[in-house]
Amino acid sequence: MSDERSSRAAQGEEFLEAFRRGLDFTRELLHENERLRGRLAELEAERRAGRDCAGRCAEIEQENDRLASLCVASAQLHSTLDLDEVIRTITEIAINLIGADRFAIYALDERRGELLPLAAEGVPLARLQACRVGEGRIGEVVAGGRARSFEPSRDGVGADGCGEPVAGGRARSFEPSRDGVGADGCGEPLAVIPLRVEDRPLGAIAIFRLLAQKPGLSALDHELFEVLASHAASAIFAARLHAQSERKLGTIQGFLGLLGR
Amino acid sequence: MERQRILIVEDSPTMRQLLVFALRRLRGVDIVEAQDGMDGLRKLSDGRFDLALIDINMPVMDGLKLIGLMKSEDSLREVPVVVITTEGAAQDRERALRLGADEYLTKPIQAHRVLDVARGLLERGRTAS
Repeated sequence: MSDERSSRAAQGEEFLEAFRRGLDFTRELLHENERLRGRLAELEAERRAGRDCAGRCAEIEQENDRLASLCVASAQLHSTLDLDEVIRTITEIAINLIGADRFAIYALDERRGELLPLAAEGVPLARLQACRVGEGRIGEVVAGGRARSFEPSRDGVGADGCGEPVAGGRARSFEPSRDGVGADGCGEPLAVIPLRVEDRPLGAIAIFRLLAQKPGLSALDHELFEVLASHAASAIFAARLHAQSERKLGTIQGFLGLLGR
Repeated sequence: MERQRILIVEDSPTMRQLLVFALRRLRGVDIVEAQDGMDGLRKLSDGRFDLALIDINMPVMDGLKLIGLMKSEDSLREVPVVVITTEGAAQDRERALRLGADEYLTKPIQAHRVLDVARGLLERGRTAS
């Protein structure tokens, strides 16, 4: 009887021991589970931070590209005092950075109040007619002094900030003609960029058609319009002043030469 | 690791500057500029290049002629070529690829796209050698 009791007591002890080990093991498991939960949360936070970082990197790269385009455009415009070079640079920016296929550069004849075609790409210069300031799309934009696009941009924001085809304060439907040049001679441009130095208008750039692979105007294009509006104008202005001063210098030197004889 | 060399053959200074801006982000790379096909050919003959970015419409010698000459020359045949052009039509693309161009990018270019393409072709060259 005593043996049986002591055997049961030993079994009970064994059972208790096994139970205690099980309890310790369960506690360890709970502890490990807690630790793993914490680690999982840390990893999740790291993953989120990594994703944020990658997204931020992409944003910075885009911003870098945008600034590079604007910087290159303005640096090139001010790299010369030769008017032909300035016109060539404007042409390069329009083709390479904006993706314009057909466009024209107009110069203002202040005496007649007319915009005269100065250079064109993709459309014969002879086909373009002079426009009066304040009339037609080009004339209205030059009078208004702010670049405008007459098609909704890719991101839905037009140069005027509203994305609507609005000109001269009136909403108008501006469908480009099939060949990109309108019957009125001034054309039906998709976008017009006035060239101004301070408040003084000097001319305009009219874009009639984009390259086939260019789906539409983007926010960067509108920023480039702003760069062109001010920097191209001041580059043209400086080149003209330089040409005038060179001419005057030539005249003075010729006159001094005559006096010296 | 040996530095890799990229040649930009483009007549527009604006475009060249933009491409240099984009490609400067690649590490261990030297960039050389040429202003037309003839200048490009001269520079290609003068040294080893790992990649050439070539415009199509250029004075003196156009890009397609340059690619043709490169692919007929043993020492230049293996240089990967990226065409950068305003011509977006499928037949222009096919023509350039048939001549041996590896990639065809249309203007206006996106700097990150140029960078991706250049990185891929340089990596391919590095692995091959």
